[in-house]
Amino acid sequence: MSAPAPVTALRGRHLLGISDLATDEITLILDTAHAMREVGERAIKKVPALRGRTIVNLFFEPSTRTRTSFEIAEKRLSADTLSLAVSTSSVVKGETLLDTVSNIEAMAPDMLVVRHASSGACHQLARHCRARIVNAGDGLHEHPTQALLDAYTMRQHKGSLEGLQVAIVGDLLHSRVLRSNLLLLRKMGATVRVAAPRPLVPVGIEALGAVACRTIEEALDGADVVMMLRIQLERMQNNFFPSLREYFTLFGLTPARMALARPDAIVMHPGPMNRGVEIASEVADGPRAVILEQVANGVAVRMAVLYLLGGGTEE
Amino acid sequence: MTQPMTYILKNGRVVDPANGRDGIFDIEVRDGVIARIGVDLPVPEGTPILDVPASCVVTPGLIDMHVHLREPGQEHKETVASGVAAAVAGGFTAVACMPNTSPINDSAAVTRYILDKAQEAGLARVYPIGAASVGSKGGQMAEIGELKAAGCVAVSDDGHPISTALLMRRVLEYAGMLDVLVIDHCEDPSLKGEGVVHEGAVATELGLRGIPGQAEELWIERDITLAGLTATSFHVAHLSTAGSLRAVRAGKARGIAVTCEVAPHHFVLTDEALRGYDTNTKMNPPLRPQADVQALIEGLADGSVDAIATDHAPHHADEKALSYDQAPFGITGLETAVSLTFDRLLHAGHIDLTRLVELLSVNPARILKVVGGALHQGAPADISVLAPDLPVTVRAATQKSLSKNMPFEGWTLRGGVAATIVGGRLVYRNAAVDGLAAWPSAPVQ
Repeated sequence: MSAPAPVTALRGRHLLGISDLATDEITLILDTAHAMREVGERAIKKVPALRGRTIVNLFFEPSTRTRTSFEIAEKRLSADTLSLAVSTSSVVKGETLLDTVSNIEAMAPDMLVVRHASSGACHQLARHCRARIVNAGDGLHEHPTQALLDAYTMRQHKGSLEGLQVAIVGDLLHSRVLRSNLLLLRKMGATVRVAAPRPLVPVGIEALGAVACRTIEEALDGADVVMMLRIQLERMQNNFFPSLREYFTLFGLTPARMALARPDAIVMHPGPMNRGVEIASEVADGPRAVILEQVANGVAVRMAVLYLLGGGTEE
Repeated sequence: MTQPMTYILKNGRVVDPANGRDGIFDIEVRDGVIARIGVDLPVPEGTPILDVPASCVVTPGLIDMHVHLREPGQEHKETVASGVAAAVAGGFTAVACMPNTSPINDSAAVTRYILDKAQEAGLARVYPIGAASVGSKGGQMAEIGELKAAGCVAVSDDGHPISTALLMRRVLEYAGMLDVLVIDHCEDPSLKGEGVVHEGAVATELGLRGIPGQAEELWIERDITLAGLTATSFHVAHLSTAGSLRAVRAGKARGIAVTCEVAPHHFVLTDEALRGYDTNTKMNPPLRPQADVQALIEGLADGSVDAIATDHAPHHADEKALSYDQAPFGITGLETAVSLTFDRLLHAGHIDLTRLVELLSVNPARILKVVGGALHQGAPADISVLAPDLPVTVRAATQKSLSKNMPFEGWTLRGGVAATIVGGRLVYRNAAVDGLAAWPSAPVQ
């Protein structure tokens, strides 16, 4: 008897979400990222893997860190890249998403890295585009490369994802980071406990495999990983909670609360942080925070995804 | 063959619940009305005979009490002419059209414009529904007396709920005084918020903002309470949840004159259809989970649901090509309703033919207080000839509606429409039905 051959390529043409990935594909991406990380440590941080490939980064929603991370990843792989910040104000209201992208497609890019404020936008494009699509965040739906870089960071510190106790606390309702992380962590055998003020807990989150906790303390109890999600300041105006002050009192990550997690627990945050709202600076800057490692790993993971989707020859 | 003024529909199985009729009958049509109905009617010399194929069923003309014809103002989506062509191709002899045109149908001028266009088209009967408030803005009550005089059969702010409890009370009282039906789009706007789909596990997984079923239920409870207060009748548009149905049943049980309709997509599809982000699964009210669908089917079977109405809502493909959250709500329905009802309700064993005719003809006529819903001597000859076992493959490209926004492309269904007769005139004939080749040609084929 021999073990099944390890997977060496992704099965899909696109990376639209974690929901499309099998566990062996997730492992392949994380293993490939490990090799890519080494490239970033060289004096000359460049390999020719995607030489001659054109990648267009289409950001319909403002982003600094994700776009920068993709751009660096693309350049390290020697791709020809172009980034377009298509601000929603400049897109004529009523112009179809497809029209906008068809114009780009006419110039024959090999890959499109797309961020859009509408959930499902990448799926809609994938039905019509020749280019391969990497979802860089669609509405409230998925942000797969973020979940992959988070998984990479967890694996780095904890060895394996299987059996990990992960607490995710913050604006669950509006978070694509939550959805992608939840899907990935459940597939890889981790337990995910979530906590937020009740109005920010999505209906049916348990059906996606999360354990919903009423308090942050309950979520943190014995956790290996503590992931905080950004609280957008405008949420307060819609009565999801009464004030930032009270949010911090009830759900902020403080040193005292961190003591509930395992002594070797790590603290993660997808950024940008609101210090004093979801996380105290003492924790964010403390020894258990791996927040900047996440950023560094983001480049390696995105290199891995782009390489695996675009490095091979077209059949 | 040109269209005769007098003819006999021969040997058709006639299902006419209002007259307690289900059997083989002949119907003599003369000058637009039913002159006689009986077994083996004598055929006067020279009277043309239209033999009804044994595979078909003759019913009183179907009435769709909730459509959007988009004219005036949005003729790129639908016109009155294309809408009534879709209606007769779908087996409907009459439609009631909602007032959210541009301008809103809140005046006799718009009502008459719609009726003029319907007259020109000369296919299905069109019953305009006027706005309950000026511009459907929920402020000043519309001139319901003038709307009625111009030809409106009901009032509604459809697309929007009637804004406040006080306005709803006044509209119920005033319209009730004039014997005009009030139809409400029941949905609490604050609870709906920015929701685009049913709030639940599927919406959460897809990252789409949810609308809880309770947004509808709360509003129905409000309206039923107000119908009780004012002792008037009120009709719930496109009811979609089990809780809403409970509220309607309870209202009926305590003697309140509340009626309701259900759209085919709500008894056929669940929110699972949202996966893949096809914007033709986006409508308001949204597709609900299986438990709601099951409850609606039970209500359709047991009589707590009064009518099937399509909420036919044409949108141009360009509009539906927007991202899911930005695309407009609504799907077309006129040309799929009969097939979906046959396939998913009748052949699935939930309802019989009598109930089907009640839901699609008898009850809409009764609720709207319009002609039709029955086949008897002296009644207008509005007749639908249905083909319960006809194999149908749904193709948007062959539909008569100007818009193609529906989620049933390629579906194969059992049951369809053979012919549609309005005021004695054959307006639609389906060449795919065996035995109809000898019938006169119709303006819609």
